[in-house]
Amino acid sequence: MNRRDSLKALVVGGLAATTLVEACKQPAKENAAETATGNQPDQSDRMAEEKAYAKKLAAEPKFFTDHEMATITVLGDIIIPKDDISGSASDAKVPDFIEFIVKDMPNHQTPMKGGLRWLDLQCLNRYNNSFIDCSHTQQMEMVDEIAWPKKAKPEMRQGMAFFSLMRNLTATGFYTSQIGVKDIGYMGNTPNQWNGVPDDVLKQYGLSYNEKELKECISFDKKA
Amino acid sequence: MQEYQVYGRTVILAASACESARLMLNSKSQRYPNGIGNSSGVVGKYLHDSTGADMGGILPQLFDRKRYNEDGVGGMHVYTPWWLDAKKDKLDFPRGYHIEYGGGFDMPLYGFNWGIEQLNGSYKVKGKQKEAGGYGASLKEDYRFFFGASIGMAGRGEGIAREDSYCEIDPDVVDKYGIPVLRFHTQWSDYEIKQAKHMKETFKEILTNMGAVITWGDDDGEHNNWGLHNPGNIIHEAGTVRMGSDPKRSALNKYSQSHDVKNLFCVDGGQFVSQADKNITWTILALSMRASEYIVDQMKKNNI
Repeated sequence: MNRRDSLKALVVGGLAATTLVEACKQPAKENAAETATGNQPDQSDRMAEEKAYAKKLAAEPKFFTDHEMATITVLGDIIIPKDDISGSASDAKVPDFIEFIVKDMPNHQTPMKGGLRWLDLQCLNRYNNSFIDCSHTQQMEMVDEIAWPKKAKPEMRQGMAFFSLMRNLTATGFYTSQIGVKDIGYMGNTPNQWNGVPDDVLKQYGLSYNEKELKECISFDKKA
Repeated sequence: MQEYQVYGRTVILAASACESARLMLNSKSQRYPNGIGNSSGVVGKYLHDSTGADMGGILPQLFDRKRYNEDGVGGMHVYTPWWLDAKKDKLDFPRGYHIEYGGGFDMPLYGFNWGIEQLNGSYKVKGKQKEAGGYGASLKEDYRFFFGASIGMAGRGEGIAREDSYCEIDPDVVDKYGIPVLRFHTQWSDYEIKQAKHMKETFKEILTNMGAVITWGDDDGEHNNWGLHNPGNIIHEAGTVRMGSDPKRSALNKYSQSHDVKNLFCVDGGQFVSQADKNITWTILALSMRASEYIVDQMKKNNI
């Protein structure tokens, strides 16, 4: 097979892959529908050990109390609110992600639980209310004490560490969701649409493809 | 749990370097008091892994990148093979390493966007100087602004196989099947530590010259062996059932066949005498193919 033929074969291979992706969509939809009803076999493409592990985690009793979950939800939406481009942390189910991740990675359990407690104690002392029962202005006043590492007072350091962890977990939960992936603009893994780095981007950095690359590299919009 | 015994005309171990050594060392009998195929005493010895050290940072010239179909950069895109073989006499360590690169628009995974407070106070975002940390719509803007500007470098090199780096059967501990486990005696020599130092100096030079700001891996020194990963971390363990032409100094011949027991083969990382800085899997496949052809040939001749 010469080079040209192998390129053609690649195009054919690409089309076949597209068909496969289409074929896979159907069961995924069914799966999603079944998820809504709450009892379905795990059809994800995972090893049996992983499935058993996920099932075991899901069967564990809730780690966070309802009060703690409500606090996580408020904090998450302060960190990542809805804006012009995308939804909020709770839209992306970040609180569920955090409940999952502390079971998956127990090293986060004490810093999270203790941090939530720290926050409520602070708010009780200041405002005579737990964090979620404070007014929005009070909540933001409290958050401003712990959200800015370089400005935070020394006695706020533990709260600052908790807020940084909360920000990290919220960011991971949000940007690994569909909403977040779209927001951040991660397009990689989009098959059969690669025509090289766009011209305007190459120009921006003073780069260009050479003739050999242009001649030999495949162009999908023309051939596929 | 049910115990089974299976008989075979030929036994081929491909259990991974340490597990194959463990099987052999645990297979003691009156005939093979040191473990089967171990009259040389080398089984378990010469255990070695690839070396590894890493560094990374961000490229300010890539802030606020235009989005397009890119799945991040990895070893498939950019790779530096060992380049100083011709000048090795001038180095203070004997073996080479290669460099793998990562970064760009990587898929968001666990840990994505952690530690934003180390970035968003240090660089202007869309021309605006902000306070480190924060929350809200402004924070979302920061996450978008810094996405795709990271770069990482990973060095993977050759460690020296030494007799005094070894695993052996633990006399006191068994696994859940009641089978004695291994215990390990491995540590790096000066060679690997000096190689890691060279890696770190090289990474720093490349990152600095390309305009990157190093954000991690730059605080290593003598106190932590220049960030050299512990033996075993790079998961290229090899050398525990080494091959060689001298039955007194090796366990296998060049066909991965035991010198002592002709119908016993070991075709995993155990058979390596040394490994280059490359990942060992392809060589395992090649050696397995040679062993397979030899087994077929020897079976036809009724030698095994």
